[in-house]
Order: sequence, then structure tokens, then C-alpha cells
Amino acid sequence: MGIVTLLTSIWTRLALLLALAALVPGCAQPGPGQIEGNVFDPYEANNRQTHELNHALDKAMARPVGVGYTKIIPDDLEDGIGNFASNLSLPSTIVNNLLQGNVEGAFRNSMRFVFNSTLGFGGLFDVAGDFDLNEIGGDFGQTLYVWGVPEGAYIELPIVGPSTERAALGKAVDLFTNPLSYVLPNPDKYIGTAAGVASKVGDRGRYAETLDSILYNSADSYSQARSIFMQNRRFQLGDGDAAEEINPFDLNTEGF
Amino acid sequence: MTQVSRRKATGLIGAALATFTVAPTQAAALDTVSAKKLVDALVGEINRVIASGKSEQAMYKDFKRIFAKYGDTSYIAAYAMGNDGRRASGAQKKKFSAEFQTYISRKYGARFREFIGGRLEAKSVRPVKSWFEVTTTAFLRDEAPFTVTFLVSNRTGRDKFFNMFIEGINLLLTERTEIGAMIDRRGGNLDKMIADLRTAK
Repeated sequence: MGIVTLLTSIWTRLALLLALAALVPGCAQPGPGQIEGNVFDPYEANNRQTHELNHALDKAMARPVGVGYTKIIPDDLEDGIGNFASNLSLPSTIVNNLLQGNVEGAFRNSMRFVFNSTLGFGGLFDVAGDFDLNEIGGDFGQTLYVWGVPEGAYIELPIVGPSTERAALGKAVDLFTNPLSYVLPNPDKYIGTAAGVASKVGDRGRYAETLDSILYNSADSYSQARSIFMQNRRFQLGDGDAAEEINPFDLNTEGF
Repeated sequence: MTQVSRRKATGLIGAALATFTVAPTQAAALDTVSAKKLVDALVGEINRVIASGKSEQAMYKDFKRIFAKYGDTSYIAAYAMGNDGRRASGAQKKKFSAEFQTYISRKYGARFREFIGGRLEAKSVRPVKSWFEVTTTAFLRDEAPFTVTFLVSNRTGRDKFFNMFIEGINLLLTERTEIGAMIDRRGGNLDKMIADLRTAK
């Protein structure tokens, strides 16, 4: 692909991206008294239906495939596939680091990408991690947070699972933020996607016990998944200080 | 992004600690140090259990002992029961508190077992209002290091941890959601919930 076509295509996509961002004010806003347990969930009835669907899909497919995958594929190979997929997604993270003005993060991630792509044999090995050069996370949902876009309502997406309106929009935009997808020729660019899917499948198997404890063992897996997702997401974004929220001196513990 | 700001915060705490050593402002200095000491000891014991290679059941027993020794167990149980605690009788509270400790040790013990081959390392302390936040890093096989945080207070007169976060996921909130849902599922019957806690995962 010539450099001019490449640039034009990036600009077209960027315009599309901005158009999408313009849709953001459409995120639902909580009214007074609508936030329960610190989560705004006006679509709970629909979300619960999707949760049932996801639960069934997990039981019938994701869980057995994931557990089988982890059993069959040797640990080293599984780690290699995970590393390979995460390395190919790094350029997208770097784009988001930059959109957030996080130059240090972009620099560290770029070093990571260079080290792992070369010394790590195309990203199969995480050599950068051995030198404490770990990934500084970045996705477009986070970029929207940094830009001051509100979180919107909680939504559970089919297959993808828990999300917020802002995070879901970010995910959609991130389909276009990986520069590699503009540079790599046609079937090659899907290798990253395939590795990404394989790595997700592996995670399902590897963390089977933990995920089972949420999905199958909790009394209300919908609200537990919602609570855990929201806490973890806000923690990743650095949104709020959870350590301040609960005062141990406020509670009457008599009798316990 | 968060990691960068956390690193900055760590630097600041380091600087603050350095100031304390030069000119001790008694109480604060003592507490920061003792909060870290508590978590160091706690993490040391957890690491030893993880590395011991004991059976699952034996490990849960060890975790229960550690939880009782280092944790503010009555606070954690009271928080988990939430508003329902107000209508619980003295006997129900006592029974719940005991069953809850076993349940927590089993549930979190099972998670800690996944740390086999890994370790926790206490990194930094920072004061939050009238308690302390001790940040530790978990290192697992072929996994980017992640953050496990302990909140420590001397509410009981002794330093105890009263909450734990794994990558921002809060033990107290998670357990209040869980216990609340269990109570709802049983039509508000506290005795039934307490009885079922024995087999809950």
C-alpha cells in the first residue's frame, strides 16, 4: 500500500472515529436517586436477559472449549500465544496512550513492542517483562474517560460481557485504532485477531476456577459480575479512590 | 496511566517516609511503619502456606488461622451483612461471624492457591483518613504483576486489616453483594443463609 493511500485511509478512519465520538453525549445520564450501589443500571431487565444468554453460551461453549484448550495446549505454547496476541495489540494501546497525552506510557509501550518483536521472536516471548518493562494499559474507552466523557449506563454485551456505554463505544472505536491493520496485507492482519481469540479462550480455561466462582457459584451472578467489572474498570482508569470509600470506624460491629 | 500515577504516589510516600525518619511526627510515623509491618507479616504467612504444597483442606485451615490473626473479622462480617445486620439477633450475629470466617478462608484460600509458584510483595504504605493503605504486588507465572491492596486500621486497638482489593476489586463490597443476594434468595431468612454459608463457595 502506497504511503498516500495509507494516509488517506487513516484520515478517513479518523473522521469516522470523531463522528463516533460525537455520538457520546448520547450516553445515558443518571437522574437523582438512580444510582444503586454506585452503579447506574437503567437497562437491568435487558441486561439480565443478555446475562442469561452469556451464561448459557459459556456453559455450552466457552467454558468447555477453554478448559479443553488449556488441557491440550502445553503451558509454554499457551503463554506464547498470549504474548503474541498482546504484542500485536500494543500499537493500538500506544495510539491511545498518545491520544491521552501519556507520552511516557507510549514510550514504554513502544520499547516493549520493539524488544518483544525482535528479541522476543515476533512477540512470542515477553522479554521486556523480564526487565520490568510492563504494558501501560490504554484503550479508547479510557481515552474517552481522560477526555471527560461520562461513564454512561452499565450494559452487558452479548459474548463480550460486562461493559459501560463509554467502554463499549471505546471497544467499537478500537477496532480501527490499531495501525498494524492498515499496514499489514489482507489475510495477515487477521492473524492477530485469531491469536487474540485463542488467548481469550486460554484465559477462560486458565482462570476457570475464579470465573466459575463468579458465574456459577454466586447467589446472583448478574449483580456480582456487574459489581466486579465496575470496580476493576474504575480502578484501571484511576477513577475515584476506592480506599477512601469505606470508613471502618463508621459501622456498629457489636455482637459480630 | 494508573500505574504511572501510582509510581508517582509511591515516590511521594518514600519522600514522606524519609521526612518521618529525620523528624519523627510520632503517631503517623509509628502507624505507617506498623501498618507495613502487619502486612509484611501477613504476606509472609500467606506465602509460606502457598509454598507449603499442603492439601487443599489443610491450606484452608491455615488461611482461616491467618485471617483470624491478622483480620478485623468482626468488622468484615458486620460489613458483609450490611443493613440486614440490624435485625439480626445476638445469636445470629455470633453464628454468622463464625461461619463467615470459614467461608472467607475457603473462598479466598481457593484464589490464593492459584498463586502457587507466585508471591506477594509489600511495596508501599499511604495514610488514608484514619487508616492506612498498604500496596502489595502479586507476581504470578507468566503474568504481568498486579496490585493487591490491604487496608489496615487500629479500630480494635490493634492493627488489623479490614479490607483487601485485588486489582481494585473490593472484598467488602463483593461479599456484601454476595451475602445480600443469598439473603434475598432465601426470602430474607437469616438462619437459612447462615446455614447455607457452610457449603457456599
